Amino acid sequence: MKTEAEKIALTTTNTNFKSEEYFVNMGPQHPATHGVLRLLLTIDGEIIKKVEPDLGYIHRSIEKMCERDSYQQIVHLTDRMDYLSSHINNEAVCLTVEKALQLEVPDRVKVIRTIIGELTRIASHCLWWGVMGMDVGALTTYFYGFRDREMINDIFEETCGARLTMNYNIPGGLMWDIHPNFVKRTKEFVTHFKTKIPEYDRLLTGNIIFQKRMKGVGILSKEDAISFGASGPVARGSGYSCDVRKHHPYSALDKVTFNEALKTEGDSMARYQVRIQEMWESLSIIEQLVDNIPEGDYKVATNAVIKLPKGEYYQKVETARGELGVYIVSTGTKNPYRVKFRSPGFSNISLLNHIAVGGKIGDLVATMATLDIVVPDIDR
Amino acid sequence: MGYFSNIFNGIKTLLTGMSVTGKVFLHSRKGTITQQYPDNRKTLKMFERFRGEVVMPHNENNEHRCTGCQKCEIACPNGSIEIIWDRKVNPKTGKKKKQIDKHIYHLGLCTMCGLCIEACPTDAIVWAQNYENAVFDRSYLTKVLNQPGSKLMDGVEE
Repeated sequence: MKTEAEKIALTTTNTNFKSEEYFVNMGPQHPATHGVLRLLLTIDGEIIKKVEPDLGYIHRSIEKMCERDSYQQIVHLTDRMDYLSSHINNEAVCLTVEKALQLEVPDRVKVIRTIIGELTRIASHCLWWGVMGMDVGALTTYFYGFRDREMINDIFEETCGARLTMNYNIPGGLMWDIHPNFVKRTKEFVTHFKTKIPEYDRLLTGNIIFQKRMKGVGILSKEDAISFGASGPVARGSGYSCDVRKHHPYSALDKVTFNEALKTEGDSMARYQVRIQEMWESLSIIEQLVDNIPEGDYKVATNAVIKLPKGEYYQKVETARGELGVYIVSTGTKNPYRVKFRSPGFSNISLLNHIAVGGKIGDLVATMATLDIVVPDIDR
Repeated sequence: MGYFSNIFNGIKTLLTGMSVTGKVFLHSRKGTITQQYPDNRKTLKMFERFRGEVVMPHNENNEHRCTGCQKCEIACPNGSIEIIWDRKVNPKTGKKKKQIDKHIYHLGLCTMCGLCIEACPTDAIVWAQNYENAVFDRSYLTKVLNQPGSKLMDGVEE
């Protein structure tokens, strides 16, 4: 790895360097990078020659902090990784700890976790849809996306106590039982949102400007998606069937029927359509579960100090961005020896150079938006 | 032919999109989610589970329920809670018992995870629903939760 100064020195002294090519810094404070992500662009006029993501601006060493904390305390740190699917991150840690303890949680907990997880997915995709439109110049989508996301945030605030970093899961169950209004509000949201997705399609998907920006741009083949370790809607837009909910169902997902959203084109439009399709599928999962939440306890009593048996434990879940893996090494004490998070954003950003090279600099912003980057998830 | 049909298609999709925005514009009063925030302070009510800050409720005799067991201090992931305690003679029983001197809460460090309130065996600390926590100086964020001169409520055992 060359340092920044060496890179600049290289551009000025290297005689083989074509005079038209130059470096441009995109970020770290660029609105289109959705956070503090810095991209080192080598461009020739408008044509992109190379994209190099420079990470680490908001690295908080969450994995190291986990080694300091007890297993109950780890959960709230994962809220701060991929903050748009915070409930699913919490669930991943809790599932790993429960797997290690061989703890069977009640069906009620499983169903509630799945419903809130799918609501989180819809909220995340709502925000993505709004920001995606804004990145290609349609400001209205931002307000519409946030309007519908607000209803989900209200549900979360009433049941979990917070809107974004909820920390509703604990190893062994949930922190509280659901609020009496939860079922009513969720049903209201489902009927409301069913009329809104066709509106999204009419407003943005069919728009001729949007289609010209999206179709045939940022093409990712299925082979490359697999070799770069892509997951989530990015990989499914290229025809790679990798939905963890389908292949390795967790919580109550083995009780529901849903289709995995798949497209084979691999361009930006395919990734867009996969996410729109996922919103429909999430709605159908919620509809199947919300009417018959089983009665029972909302948590299983665990020891105040959880000690995992010696060994290595891994559990993966599907967040709104892709596959999140939690890997815990325990030596039998109350703190983990090592915690590793396999975050979907890190693998997905690695293929940005591959799909953006040869395109225009304006298309880079649109392509990045379809990767659905959340920078705290990449840096951790 | 292709040229004109392209223009025609473009205008058609634009009008379709504008019909959506037009409909929302005309029905903007129905289903509005915008709140007139600083003006609606008196009527704005947060949900009962909303995590605003940690407080310690006192009854009318200036008594709290905190026994000083320090379970909240241990449960807190980032050291937001410090308890200063002492062993004092209980005048009724004549035995030495743990008693809190100060229950210090650093709001500036708190991540609102709720583990302290989960851990509390006597429900001495609860969530308050206030939502305006901005202050002019950082030192105001360090709060002493037990009121001056307060003591343990009778009959509260760990």
